[in-house]
Parts: sequence; structure tokens; C-alpha cells
Amino acid sequence: MSIPRWLTFFLMVLLMTTAGTVSAQQQDQTPEALLEQLADASPRDTEAAIKAIATSGHERARAWLEAYGNNRISQVEATGRIVIVLNNRGRDWEVADALTGENLGEMSRRDLDRIAINNAVRRQLAGVLAMLDLFAKDVAVREAAALDLLGKVDDAIVEEVTARIEEEPDAGVRNRLEEALAIYQVEEQGSLDAIEVLSGSLHPRARAALNSAVASEDPARKAAAEQALASIQQKLRLNNAAETLYFGLSLGSVLVLAAIGLAITFGVMGVINMAHGELIMLGAYTTWGMQQLLPGQPGLALILSIPAGFLVAALAGIAIERSVIQFLKGRPLETLLATFGVSLILQQLVRTVISPLNRTVVTPEWMSGSLVINDALSLTLNRMYVIGFALLVFTALMLIMRRTRLGLEVRAVTQNRAMARSMGIKATRVDIMTFALGSGVAGLAGVALSQLTNVGPNLGQNYIIDSFMVVVFGGVGNLWGTLVAGLTLGTINQLLEPWAGAVLAKIIVLVFIILFIQKRPKGLFPQKGRAAEG
Amino acid sequence: MWLTRPLQERSTQLFLGILFFALIVVTVLHLALPEGNPLHVSAYTVTLLGKYLCYALLAVAVDLVWGYLGILSLGHGAFFALGGYAMGMYLMRQIGDRGTYGDPILPDFMVFLNWQELPWYWYGFDMAWFAFAMVLLAPGALALVFGWLAFRSRVTGVYLSIITQALTFALMLAFFRNEMGFGGNNGLTDFRDILGFNLRTDATRLGLFIATGIALAIGYVVCRGIVTSKLGRVSVACRDAEARTRFLGYRVERVQLFVFVVSAMLAGVAGALYVPQVGIINPSEFSPIFSIEIVVWVALGGRATLYGAVIGAILVNYAKTVFTGVMPDAWLFALGALFVLVTVFLPQGIAGLLRKRRKSTDDGSGPSESSSTSEATA
Repeated sequence: MSIPRWLTFFLMVLLMTTAGTVSAQQQDQTPEALLEQLADASPRDTEAAIKAIATSGHERARAWLEAYGNNRISQVEATGRIVIVLNNRGRDWEVADALTGENLGEMSRRDLDRIAINNAVRRQLAGVLAMLDLFAKDVAVREAAALDLLGKVDDAIVEEVTARIEEEPDAGVRNRLEEALAIYQVEEQGSLDAIEVLSGSLHPRARAALNSAVASEDPARKAAAEQALASIQQKLRLNNAAETLYFGLSLGSVLVLAAIGLAITFGVMGVINMAHGELIMLGAYTTWGMQQLLPGQPGLALILSIPAGFLVAALAGIAIERSVIQFLKGRPLETLLATFGVSLILQQLVRTVISPLNRTVVTPEWMSGSLVINDALSLTLNRMYVIGFALLVFTALMLIMRRTRLGLEVRAVTQNRAMARSMGIKATRVDIMTFALGSGVAGLAGVALSQLTNVGPNLGQNYIIDSFMVVVFGGVGNLWGTLVAGLTLGTINQLLEPWAGAVLAKIIVLVFIILFIQKRPKGLFPQKGRAAEG
Repeated sequence: MWLTRPLQERSTQLFLGILFFALIVVTVLHLALPEGNPLHVSAYTVTLLGKYLCYALLAVAVDLVWGYLGILSLGHGAFFALGGYAMGMYLMRQIGDRGTYGDPILPDFMVFLNWQELPWYWYGFDMAWFAFAMVLLAPGALALVFGWLAFRSRVTGVYLSIITQALTFALMLAFFRNEMGFGGNNGLTDFRDILGFNLRTDATRLGLFIATGIALAIGYVVCRGIVTSKLGRVSVACRDAEARTRFLGYRVERVQLFVFVVSAMLAGVAGALYVPQVGIINPSEFSPIFSIEIVVWVALGGRATLYGAVIGAILVNYAKTVFTGVMPDAWLFALGALFVLVTVFLPQGIAGLLRKRRKSTDDGSGPSESSSTSEATA
């Protein structure tokens, strides 16, 4: 029983014009009949059988066709029942009923008669499978299916795609279908209009089609394709620039996060804390510890580790301040050495207590994945969160320094310690609080960093020099300077990377800062007025 | 003459006396006693002691700028490593066609990287005089350029420390790159001989040890000569009150530049003597942590004493050898604790303790309490 090819086409076009509803003609063909048709079809008729299934709208149509494509559709010799082979290892194969999906257990492979597929059919099947989802109700599924069709449109389905474009209510999906159709038209027919359509596409497949058109002998086609390619290149460059900027901003916000705590302790208090990197490391390890405590809930653990990381690092900071730094007041070089000693001890402590190896911190689901802007540009979500987090922390710190009692006292002590004390400010307490704040922010940086890099004992060491560079570049004692400097250095680094390589880019940035400091020893935004003289 | 003046000082005579006595004792114990004798000094120990002496010379160089000029350099490891690389390049060229790939000109790592010819900056290093000149000139030139830029813009104190650290960090990253032509990650190694002497014989090792001792003696006398000269006194004035010295009419940046360059050259010599003894030079010598370790040797020994730097370097490195042998995990704890304890409880270092005990009036050039407070306000 084979249906003439023209009839199948007719049926299919009919189906597409009445998408969503089930037409009367299709009800004629029961699912059993559809499968029978596939099983009995001679090689010449398979195509029609496939199309009949594809347009049937049956919920298991995809399962059948995929199984067929994978050589997994068989007919039970004794009963004529069509089954899907779930596992074809060994002598007995596990099968399921094709109609219902019910697992029928194992069956000797000798009792099964495989429904064969040849390569020509398999190629065609791919196109049909891509078409299947175009009928779905969900726009996202239709869009994915349309995207999948790019470069897969062939003679067999071109008419359906054309028909589908008319019917498609969603503009985004329609554009995709037009793109898919245009690729076909460019490659198979050399249509000039289609080249025009493709000039707006960023998809690599569209470029491939245009490149093939450039190679053609027809001068008009060649010129049109070249022009289209040029316009695409232009757009790609723009997108690349946007991506570099995004990476630069994300690296920059990491630098800002790492440096801003330092800007407080170094800039505001004048204390060189070489253990700052290790405080960052503690924050990262707190995140890891939280995830160990709450297995299976990485998101919750991450959110909880924001306050926890702050607390752990702040407490460690207080301990460092009380045990070492308070004895070295007014001796910045000695403070530098002593805190460096502390950093060695903390590093080794982590190595001994936890492990010298890197620990993995899980990224929660809502942070992984990326935001797709277009075919050439997609922004990873975790970096976006880090950028947001950095700005949030920065704003919070600005508010604390500008709007709270603590901020007022800190600024007073920074500008004139003796005068502040005589006004009744407890300078020692302010020192402790400031140091705790700066250290706590380092902990927050660690929490953020745990989402981007490996968490290991050397984590802090990798960031300490960069952080100092940011603070020095931005101007000591100026939080705005730290923000601008961090974002600038991050972006410069990313801009240099494509042509210089990661390491050389870093070296160039370091040399740039060294030279910059010669020119402006007080950084981008030097402190002015009384505060600078204190 | 500024160089002979230190020889008349009692402290310098004492230092040189102890140093030469130690050199002679080690030599005699190594050569005269048979291997089984408990007092025999093995070739391994001789090389180890030679390494300590290199570190001591390096520490003297750091003490010159930190103790007498008030510049805490966290990048002296860079000068040390540059001197070492200059020596390493000479030793590489001496291998000739005895390398694994047998190329008469190209070192092994270049053949491995498929390089066809020698980069221009490797020319001349087959000649000893050129290489030995570069040992002084390469670190000196870097210090000259860097110092000129820094001191001219009056970058001092903590800022200078941080950018010296950035300098050595940048150089470390650069030398890690294979494209730089310095052997990348592995550095330069597999040396055969120096000035025609086989590096693997005990006699050469002893010779290098003695040469290092003599270099340390000369370096010490040079530094001592500088700090007791008029220039040295101006440099101490720069350390204690830079602005005031400038207002008195001294060109502070020139003094700083001169002392900084001399110190860098001494560090380069130390590096050059270090390389043939340990048999390898790689970018890890540029690492900021090594540079900062040097500072703690000086701090432990006692800043602004020179001999304190020698004591500190030898003590800390001896401790490092012992610790890393017995319980390697504990070394970083010990080093970290050393940093903290020395700076908090022993600001004058071991030399300060000795001085307090003897209550003798030294030349009084050590940093006094007032000097450290004026430095903080600067």
C-alpha cells in the first residue's frame, strides 16, 4: 500500500495550512497504518512513508523517526508488531512497543526483523526531523527547530518551509525560516534576493553559503555576495568588540572586587596588607566549605557564603590587626614584611589543613549558561553576576564611607588622627573596624572568585600584585579611583590579549603601570587638600 | 681612597678575618681529610656553603639600598636572576656540540623549539669577558633605567616597593615565555664547564666556593667604602629625611640612582656565581616571594649593618636547608613566623642584639628610633 508521492505532498501542504488542528485526511491513517506503511515500504516509497508520519501530528512521531534513523525500528516476525529497540547489545534485545512506548522486556534478536534504512533516506530524515518541531505550540521549541534548519533545507522540504513561513505567527521564528530558505536558495539556485536576505545574518552557516556564492562565475552574484559578506564582517567586528568589552568589564570587576578591600586598608589606613590575597582565598574556601555543608544545594550555599565569607575574612582581619599590625603603627615597610609572613602562614595552613590541591566549587544552575544576544554574541551569566556583585559591593562601601557614623569616623581618623581623638573618636576601635571592613570585602571577593577560577592555596597570591596595581593606579585613598582603575586595567588587558597573548598582555599592563606611576606618582585621582597632607 | 678606608676599620677587619678563616678551614677540611673522617667537608657541603655565600652577597646588596638608602626593594631577585641568566647564557654556549642534539651553536632548547639561528641577544656570550661584563651591565642597566624613572619622579617608600615587586613579577612572566629565547619554564641548565674547567669536578666546585667568598669580601668592602664615604652619609641623610636633604642642596635622585645601580650590580654578581654552583637558572628566581625573602634575611640579621645581612642570609638559608629536609611542610610556617617575629620583636635584628649586649659605640649608622618615625611620615 503506497500512496503516490504527489498525494503525500498534497497532504502535507494541507496539514501546514491547518497547523495545530488535525485534519480529516490524517485521521484516515491510524498510527498502526503509518507504521505498517513504513515497515512495508519499498526503498522508493520510504520517503512517502516518512512524510506521512512526520505530518501525522502523532505525539510519538519523533520517537519513531529518530529510532528509524538510528536503525532501531524492528518488526516482530511472529506478530507483525512494530517495536523500538532500546538496547541492541548481546543476543537478547530490550524492546518497547512503538505505539505505546510500553517496555516489552527482552526479545531474541532472531525474532526481530530490522526495518532497514539507507543513507539517502537518512539524510532526508534529518531534514524531516528538523521540521517536526516547527509545528510545536511553544515558540521557543519552534525557534530552536528553525535554527536547526539552517543549512538543512533541501529539495524535499523546501516547499514545506516556504509554506511554513507564511503561517508562522512569530516574527523571530519567521526570520529564522527565511534565513534557512535563503541559504538553500543561495546554494542551490543562486538567487540574488536570497543573498540580500543573508546579508543580515550572523550565523556561520549563512557565511558559508555566501562564500560559496562568491566562488560562482556569475559576476552579479559574486558582487552581491561579496557585498553581503562585507556587511556581515562589519557586524561581526562590532559584536567582537562588544564581547571584548564584556570580558574586559568582567575581569575589571574581579580586579575591583579584589582591590577595593585593599583600597580601604591601604588607602584609608595606610596599612600595607600583603595578606590581603589570603583573605580573598579564605572567602573562596568559605564558599567551598558551605557547599560541603549543604550538599545538593549549591545555590543556597553560595548565597549563604556571602555573609559567611565576609565574616570569616573580617574575623581573620581583626586577628591580624590585633596580633601584628597594631604594633607596627607608622612603620609601613615593616607592616608589609610582617603581613607577608602572615600570608605565608595562612597559605601553608590551608595546604596542611585542607589540601594543597585545588578544590572545585559548584556553580549553581541559575548562574551557569549564557545570555544569547545574537548568533555571534552570547554573554556568560556567571560573569554578569560578578559584574553586578562588584558594583553592588562598591555601592555599599561608598554608602558606608559617606553616610554612616563609621565612615565619618574613618575619614576623620585618616585626615587627622590626633584631632579626631581629641574630638572623642576612639581611634583604636576605628582602626579595628576599618580593617575588619576591608578584610571582609576581600572575603566577598573570594566568594565571587570561587565562581570564576579554581579555589586553591595560591588563589590569593595571584591577585595580590594586581590588586596593588589597581589601588596605586587609581590613586590611594580614593574608592572611585579604584573602580575606574580596575575596570580600565581589566579592559586594557582584554583588548591587548587577542594580538599579544595573555601573558604578554599582562606584562604590557604592568610595564604601563610602572611607567604611569613615574608620570603621576599619586595615581589617576590623587587626594587633594588637607587629607593628602595628613 | 674610599676603598681602602674600610680596611682600617676594626669591624671590617673582623668580618674579613672571620670570612677568610672560614674559607681556609673549609678548604683544608675538604682537601686534607679523607672521606670517612667525621670532620670531612664533602663536595656537596662545599657547594651548599658556596650557595649561602651567594645569598649573603645578595643580602649585602639589599642591605645597601634598604639599610643605607631607605629603599625597600622587593625586586632585587630580578637583578640576581639577570646576572644569573648572563652567566647561564655563557655556560650554555660553552656546551657547544656536546648537547643532546649536538648543534654546535644553538642550545638544546632552541633546537627543540625548531629555531634556525641564534637570536641577536645571544651573540657574544660565547666569550667569557663579554658574558662577565654583561653580568654587571644587564642588572646595572635595568636598575639605571628603572631607578632613573622612579627617583626622578620622587617615587619612594611603599610605592617604590610595590612597583619593584611588579617589575620582578613582570620579568618572571616574560622569562616564562618560550618565545623570549631564555629556555622558558625550564630555564638554562645542563652546563658542562666554565673557563675550561669541568663544572662537575670537586676541584671546580671548591674553586667556585672560594671565588664566591672573595666576591663577598670585595662586595662587603665596596659597600662599606660607599657607606663610610661622604656619598654614604648623604645617602643616610636621604633615608632619614629626604626632603630636608634635598632642601640642603643635594641631588637626592643622583645619590639614590648611584647606590641603587651599584646594589643591582652586586646582586647580579651574586646571581652569576650562584648559577654554576646550583647548575640551573630558571624564571622562579624572579618570583616576588624570593625577593621578599631576601629582605627578611636582612631584617633578621639587622638592617644597616652589612655584616648583619650576611649573618641573616646564612642563618635563614641554613634553617631552610634543615627544615625542608626534615619536615618540608613546616618551612613556610617557620618563614612566616620569622617575618612576623623579627619585625614585631626584633626591629634591629641579630646585629642589634649583639650591639646591645656589647654596649659598644659602633659607627652609629644603624637606623635609630627617630629615623624610623620620620620615614613613616615621609
